[in-house]
Amino acid sequence: MTLDISRDHALELLRDMIRIRRLEEKSAELYSKQKIRGFLHLYIGEEAVGVGAMRALRMDDNIVATYREHGHALIRGVSAGEIMAEMYGKANGCSGGRGGSMHLFCAERRFYGGHAIVGGGFPIAAGLALADKMKGEALVTACFFGDGATDEGEFHETLNLTALWKLPVLFLCENNQYAMGTAFERHVSDRDIANNPPAYGIPSDSVNGMDVVAVERAVHNAAETVRETGAPRFLELRTYRFRAHSMYDAELYRDKEEVEEHKKEDPIATFQARAMSEGLITQDDVDAIEADAAQEIADAVEFAEQGEWEPIEDIARHTYARNLP
Amino acid sequence: MTTYREAVRTAIQTLLREDPRVFLMGEDVGRYGGAYAVSKGFLEEFGEERIRDTPLCESTFVGAGIGAAIGGMRPIVEVMTVNFSLLALDQVVNNASLMRHMSGGQFEVPLLVRMATGGGKQIAAQHSHSLENWYAHIPGIKVLAPATVQDAHDMVLAGIEDPDPVFIFEHQMLYGMEGPLDTESTPPSPWKAAVRREGKDVSLIAYGGSLHKALGAADELEKEGIVAEVVDLRSLRPLDHETIVQSVSRTHRAVVIDEAWKTGSLASEISAILAEEAFYELDAPIERVCTLEVPIPYAKHLEDAAIPQVDRIVAAAKRSVGGA
Ligand SMILES: Cc1ncc(C[n+]2csc(CCOP(=O)(O)OP(=O)(O)O)c2C)c(N)n1
Ligand SMILES: [Mg+2]
Repeated sequence: MTLDISRDHALELLRDMIRIRRLEEKSAELYSKQKIRGFLHLYIGEEAVGVGAMRALRMDDNIVATYREHGHALIRGVSAGEIMAEMYGKANGCSGGRGGSMHLFCAERRFYGGHAIVGGGFPIAAGLALADKMKGEALVTACFFGDGATDEGEFHETLNLTALWKLPVLFLCENNQYAMGTAFERHVSDRDIANNPPAYGIPSDSVNGMDVVAVERAVHNAAETVRETGAPRFLELRTYRFRAHSMYDAELYRDKEEVEEHKKEDPIATFQARAMSEGLITQDDVDAIEADAAQEIADAVEFAEQGEWEPIEDIARHTYARNLP
Repeated sequence: MTTYREAVRTAIQTLLREDPRVFLMGEDVGRYGGAYAVSKGFLEEFGEERIRDTPLCESTFVGAGIGAAIGGMRPIVEVMTVNFSLLALDQVVNNASLMRHMSGGQFEVPLLVRMATGGGKQIAAQHSHSLENWYAHIPGIKVLAPATVQDAHDMVLAGIEDPDPVFIFEHQMLYGMEGPLDTESTPPSPWKAAVRREGKDVSLIAYGGSLHKALGAADELEKEGIVAEVVDLRSLRPLDHETIVQSVSRTHRAVVIDEAWKTGSLASEISAILAEEAFYELDAPIERVCTLEVPIPYAKHLEDAAIPQVDRIVAAAKRSVGGA
């Protein structure tokens, strides 16, 4: 089967996946240099999901994401500089340095976080969709979450509520086969996660999350259906995390061979090879993309380095609209 | 005269009529009319779109209230009682209170959550908690405890007007209480404590359901020549230090009444504030009258013994003034 996309389209998809990967690699490097601290969760291996999904959504749709969201924010249009500065904890970060890696926010791009309580974003997504519905706006709220989040009660509560109230939520399950160190089949009773939503009357589907074109198509179609019907839909995007869960993780729970096996499906390498073999792009294109990405990331690091620390006197800001007496 | 229930209801009704962004959701708020009958008839007047009976999922409907508030609505979420609000505590502590902060001021949560609290109805251990101090512990949200009919009304309006998440604790014993209601005058700030009765010998500091017991105790004490001042905290976060400290600076004695368990209670917090800010004004040790450190029993005599009552407040006040 051919990719069936234009050259420009192929270039954009490849560029965006490479941008995420290089941002993540740089983040890991800066973490070891202690420029970035706290928890850092990398998206390496899962880029096709974020890129395909983000590109399929409209700028007026709402996004609710998890703590593994640098890629989502980047493709949504938050600059690499603002993301990097946020990870540094600088005031020029996209959350003013208050959030860090796990709490990227951007009102302008309807990027509603960056949530680090597993499952905690579900009700927020339902509420955003409810507000849109009540205001008569035909928008989609895209809710990203991991396979681990489907264990939580709020997942099932929110499926029930959105189906019952017909709320325009697009559930996007990024199934990377692990909830920290617990493999999918060790934390989910039904191995076909797409079986859950139909129990609540929500149509669902599973997609190869290593195939950026498949993700983009599936998310586009699902989003348009949500937009038209106003009702929720669910997509499982099957992917794999190549790196540790977080920088603290020693990865004692899986074999190196398993990871290497999955790396054969690397979403960037496989897409790049396909696009080249189909004559859509050339090695020169790839080189140019890499050079641009390297520049973008270098600029981002510079932006973060140059950023200011918020003065300690401002610590009470943003606790309330107005500081309490 | 109006009941406390009617006052809450009037305020919500006013908001629903005046502001299309306002809607009410919670378990049984619609067809049933509200577990405490606050929203009876609302479904007929405002329809299913704005009076939303939710499934039984406290975490998710409180969270959906947060999302809807971020999305530009002004939700009023009714959680039947504080006892069930524990299932939504994650949404309160990790989302409602943190959103403004984590987003660097980009997103605010103008949400109003109301719930019934307290014991006294013999509905036993799982339905009689007073946990408003748990909420008052959390920066990023505000906590109100209306003790009067007027406040029951005004605080709902204030809660919706406020750009931050506001939690209102309505004591379940107060819904039937009658009192005057003025819907014309500009209400006082909800964030300040009020002196409900002036006195000179001892300050009885209370809030919510306990206020009326404190007032009852003041009546008793007066018969014995002790003139107690009664302070109603009204707002539990922020706490109005000034009014408390001023009262104790006049009376030099303090009895704090709180239906929560004594350990880690708001009464403890008030005591600490007085120790920090009014230490040299005190002529006697601070007294705390709280719920005994036991689950609230079902049997009437045991429940009465567990939660603060007039006689315990009177005894504490007498100890404070030196057995007068
Ligand atoms: C409520 C809650 N429980 C536990 C954790 C600790 N924790 C953080 S990530 C994680 C695994 C989540 O796995 P998944 O949803 O599959 O997302 P992934 O990290 O794989 O992207 C756990 C258990 C948490 N943050 N929140
Ligand atoms: Mg996972």
